[in-house]
Amino acid sequence: MARMKFICDAERCIECNGCVTACKAEHDVPWGVNRRRVVTLNDGLPGEKSVSVACMHCSDAPCMAVCPVDCFYKTDDGVVLHDKDVCIGCGYCSYACPFGAPQFPSNGTFGLRGKMDKCTFCAGGPEANGSPAEFEKYGRNRLSEGKLPACAEMCSTKALLGGDGDVVSDIFRNRVLVRGKGSEVWGWGTAYGKPATGGQPQAKPEVKKS
Amino acid sequence: MRTAFLLSCAALALVACGEKTAGAVKKSDVPAFQGSTGQAAYTANGWKAGDQSAWDQQLRTRAQGQNEYSRAPSQP
Repeated sequence: MARMKFICDAERCIECNGCVTACKAEHDVPWGVNRRRVVTLNDGLPGEKSVSVACMHCSDAPCMAVCPVDCFYKTDDGVVLHDKDVCIGCGYCSYACPFGAPQFPSNGTFGLRGKMDKCTFCAGGPEANGSPAEFEKYGRNRLSEGKLPACAEMCSTKALLGGDGDVVSDIFRNRVLVRGKGSEVWGWGTAYGKPATGGQPQAKPEVKKS
Repeated sequence: MRTAFLLSCAALALVACGEKTAGAVKKSDVPAFQGSTGQAAYTANGWKAGDQSAWDQQLRTRAQGQNEYSRAPSQP
């Protein structure tokens, strides 16, 4: 059973925003809604790092936990999806998500906030796979066509990997081993410290968001 | 008279029991391996809709397209 995950290699991401463009084009995402975006740390400084961020399809998703109308569900492949017919657009999920994945289209004279929109891992929604109704609300359903998310598949440097967690982590692990670095940028050691530092988290550098 | 009054009270008390549940009900999703109802031309070759193991293998194979070490193996 596949467990779908994204991982972005910060050593490779060149902030081209190709993933953002691919997502918007593939799903006809409206203005003001970015299901995926690229975040750059220390922008313009030597050693800047970029990472492509969207819904991470958490195993224990906080958005699912806080939704008052229980509009979220998880597929057998571990993709966190939601039902726009049930969503009331309250925004609780937006506050709960650590990645800022939930997006809310605003339109009309008073900027009325619409129903939540987020990355679907190109898996659509509860409507029939590949149907016009599904496309209208959630965009393309590439998984049902035997394809992987458009953002990962078209990434020019293959920084963004998407697919079964076991497969993409193997690809990433092999890459880190071959080039001999990269694990310090993204992984357990960055979050929880390395044995050399006594298990203490590393001191954070001054971070400037772009 | 009294019986009629009690019956009407009981009927009034039970009126709410027949009320339909308000709000939408979350729909269930069809698994991705069942295939797409959209245009067949967009479906990738190499697997058959409804066959989960074939779909799993298709995605594993496709994921290797992101692995340049398997796409362009090192020369001897």
